[in-house]
Amino acid sequence: MKRGLDGPAPEERPTPAGRRNKQGIRIDPEVEATHDPRRTVISALVKHEPGVLSDVSGLFSRRQFNIESLTVGPTEDEERARITVVVEEPDPGIDQIKKQLRKLVPVISVRELEPDAMRRELALVKVAADRPDQVAAVADMYGGKTVDSCPETATIEITGTRQKIEAAVETFSQFGIREISRTGLTALARSTDETAAQSPAVGTEEMNRQDKHPHTQTADDD
Amino acid sequence: MSERAAKVTPAETDEQDDDQITDSAAPDAVTEPDADAASESTTEPVTNGAQSVVRALENAGVEYAFGVQGGAIMPVYDALYDSEIYHVTMAHEQAAAHAADAYGIVSGEPGICLATSGPGATNLVTGIADADMDSDPLVALTGQVPTAFVGNDAFQETDTTGVTKPVTKDNTFASDPDRVGSDVSEAFALAREGRPGPTLVDLPKDVTKSETDREPDEPKTPDTYHVQERANAEIVAAAAERLENATRPVMLLGGGVIKGEASEACREFAIEHEIPVITTMPGIGAFPEDHELSMEMAGMHGTGYANMAITHCDTMLAIGTRFDDRLTGGIETFAPDAEIIHVDIDPAEISKNIHADYPLIGDAETVVEQLSTAVETSPEAKKWRAQCQQWKSDYSMAYDAPEDEPVQPEFVVEALDEATADDTIVTTGVGQHQMWACQYWTYTEPRTWVSSHGLGTMGYGLPAAIGARLAADDDQDVVCIDGDGSFLMTLQELSVAVRENLDITVAVLNNEYIGMVRQWQDAFFGGRHAASDYNWMPEFDKLAEAFGAAGFRIDDYDDVAETIEEALAYDGPSVIDVHIDPDANVYPMVPSGGDNGQFALTEDQL
Repeated sequence: MKRGLDGPAPEERPTPAGRRNKQGIRIDPEVEATHDPRRTVISALVKHEPGVLSDVSGLFSRRQFNIESLTVGPTEDEERARITVVVEEPDPGIDQIKKQLRKLVPVISVRELEPDAMRRELALVKVAADRPDQVAAVADMYGGKTVDSCPETATIEITGTRQKIEAAVETFSQFGIREISRTGLTALARSTDETAAQSPAVGTEEMNRQDKHPHTQTADDD
Repeated sequence: MSERAAKVTPAETDEQDDDQITDSAAPDAVTEPDADAASESTTEPVTNGAQSVVRALENAGVEYAFGVQGGAIMPVYDALYDSEIYHVTMAHEQAAAHAADAYGIVSGEPGICLATSGPGATNLVTGIADADMDSDPLVALTGQVPTAFVGNDAFQETDTTGVTKPVTKDNTFASDPDRVGSDVSEAFALAREGRPGPTLVDLPKDVTKSETDREPDEPKTPDTYHVQERANAEIVAAAAERLENATRPVMLLGGGVIKGEASEACREFAIEHEIPVITTMPGIGAFPEDHELSMEMAGMHGTGYANMAITHCDTMLAIGTRFDDRLTGGIETFAPDAEIIHVDIDPAEISKNIHADYPLIGDAETVVEQLSTAVETSPEAKKWRAQCQQWKSDYSMAYDAPEDEPVQPEFVVEALDEATADDTIVTTGVGQHQMWACQYWTYTEPRTWVSSHGLGTMGYGLPAAIGARLAADDDQDVVCIDGDGSFLMTLQELSVAVRENLDITVAVLNNEYIGMVRQWQDAFFGGRHAASDYNWMPEFDKLAEAFGAAGFRIDDYDDVAETIEEALAYDGPSVIDVHIDPDANVYPMVPSGGDNGQFALTEDQL
């Protein structure tokens, strides 16, 4: 007995010529539709309650979004905390991160920051203090501050953009770096522009518009 | 019906009048905003956290709760003892979650399940994950060790909120006896509103035992939770124009159509504009499958004609679907010529798997009405409709059922369909039988197809039938089409069906295989039946009798109609052990990640 159903075999059927890329976008032969990853900063205003950070980090890990850095801290409102996440993803992935974050019930608002936002990181660098004068000179060069010193080591605090800190670390390496601790990046939007939309409706409306590429610029520095 | 009789509990007989007098005699003492709602039933003021939990359920209109008793949840059960809520004790917590899930699918209101801490809570997880994948409204209440012990690896302690975080819409660790009732109210509201889903409240024993006179707040979502009802008008207008100009339009209806009560609006829209309609598996019942425009289900085991239509359309109005991979097959070949109009209440579903050219975020019914107003002329698609009808005859879902062969499963599904009314509720496990139940039963009404879609949970069918039976109308039949492997996973729940005398008919399509695995092994693993040969199956008809249910057996075609009639006529749970052709496989089939248009009709085409 024959097993299966009747009908024209696969090779006898018409097949459309079109295709979609891996991101589910129809491929326009005129335009390369695949997006390259870019680095960006997402700021989320959340309820300041236990478990929020685990909600957010758990979301990122189970959806396989790659976190470059994540910082969290209180805000002017004691019931709210701000989470700043740096991610590197293609545009559809960044869009999806924002939407998935917004779905978490304790999350109040989510926004991708403009490339001109202020972004800062803090690092503590502990170096060997064999040449204290030179260490102090380098620290000075990067606007760093010596926060601890002993005959063997000096610990310098540096605040700035990721690039600045990386440059400082590289320069300090000539003295022999003992330990480094970095905070990860925190950020605020410039001037009167609010970092996180206070009105929830704004977030949804932004999703509705679905600007395809609101920030084509990569947020590497300011 | 017998199960209705069963829910009459001895709790509410004598004191009710006195209670109401007490309540109205002291109106000044009542400061809670929900005093009115509470006064409709028994209204002794709550005295502890557990009573506040139960009061929250009562305020929400809960009729049934499914669960298993245990150490840490005992205070809640003690409070339930005095409630009119009828508690159905299940044999296993997983079944409690499935029963509650099915209750939610059929009734549209969140189903409630309870379990104790530790193993009770972890046993719920499969059912909660199932509800999460299918966006079914569900509230899980779990006991927890006393707060002083939390974190110390106490007896029967599990970090339940941690374990269930990835599979719930939201969960809460209740830490305050004054808040615990409101936590449950909020969980109920969250489970139901917007995109439905499972919520969980973890209830430490000291919190539920502690004294409190706080009545729970009304069910209300937290102020950070916002649902957009109406889609952006500009995009609606653009989408309407696209539809008007379509020459090969289809509507793709997902489970969200049924959950959003948009079936009627979608039917009217499709019929008015003569647009062929395809459903996803959870969308089954959103559109009547006996209508000319229906192409039925698309995807891995969808009909050939649905898959041809989905592949060749130029415009797709997709409503309430998340474009699961079992539907889309390979992304590259999914509706490659189509502009997608995607309606969903969850913005995160827009362009997650398939890029939406016209994103319409909003409530399905509201947005379809918006579209209905905006679309002024129907698309010119006469030729396309003719093509769809041609595909229907080219790839018809016909099967051979020669008299001398073992019984073909498709024949049994059709016979069950014929013997029952249109509004009959079908529940299934997961596997080949589930696909035959999709393909060969003609669904015409929403909320009559109850199955495990996203998670694909074997063992779902029987506990789901229990939940569905309690949510269904008295005169509605409930039929569970199960597979032998699937049935074996939760058949202890027959004890529950017997105890509650639930009128359920279970047809076990028994091929002594984990059939879907066997089918894949034949196709992709050189026929090596590793651990899929179940030739050690019990006799399910006798097993049913041992539980106190009615047992039947079908071996050949002569038995089919008569046995089905007897089993359906039996007032109580009955099990038919249907010995089907062990070699029967499910076709059409799109291999995993394949091209929907290249579905195989026979094994040779895989």
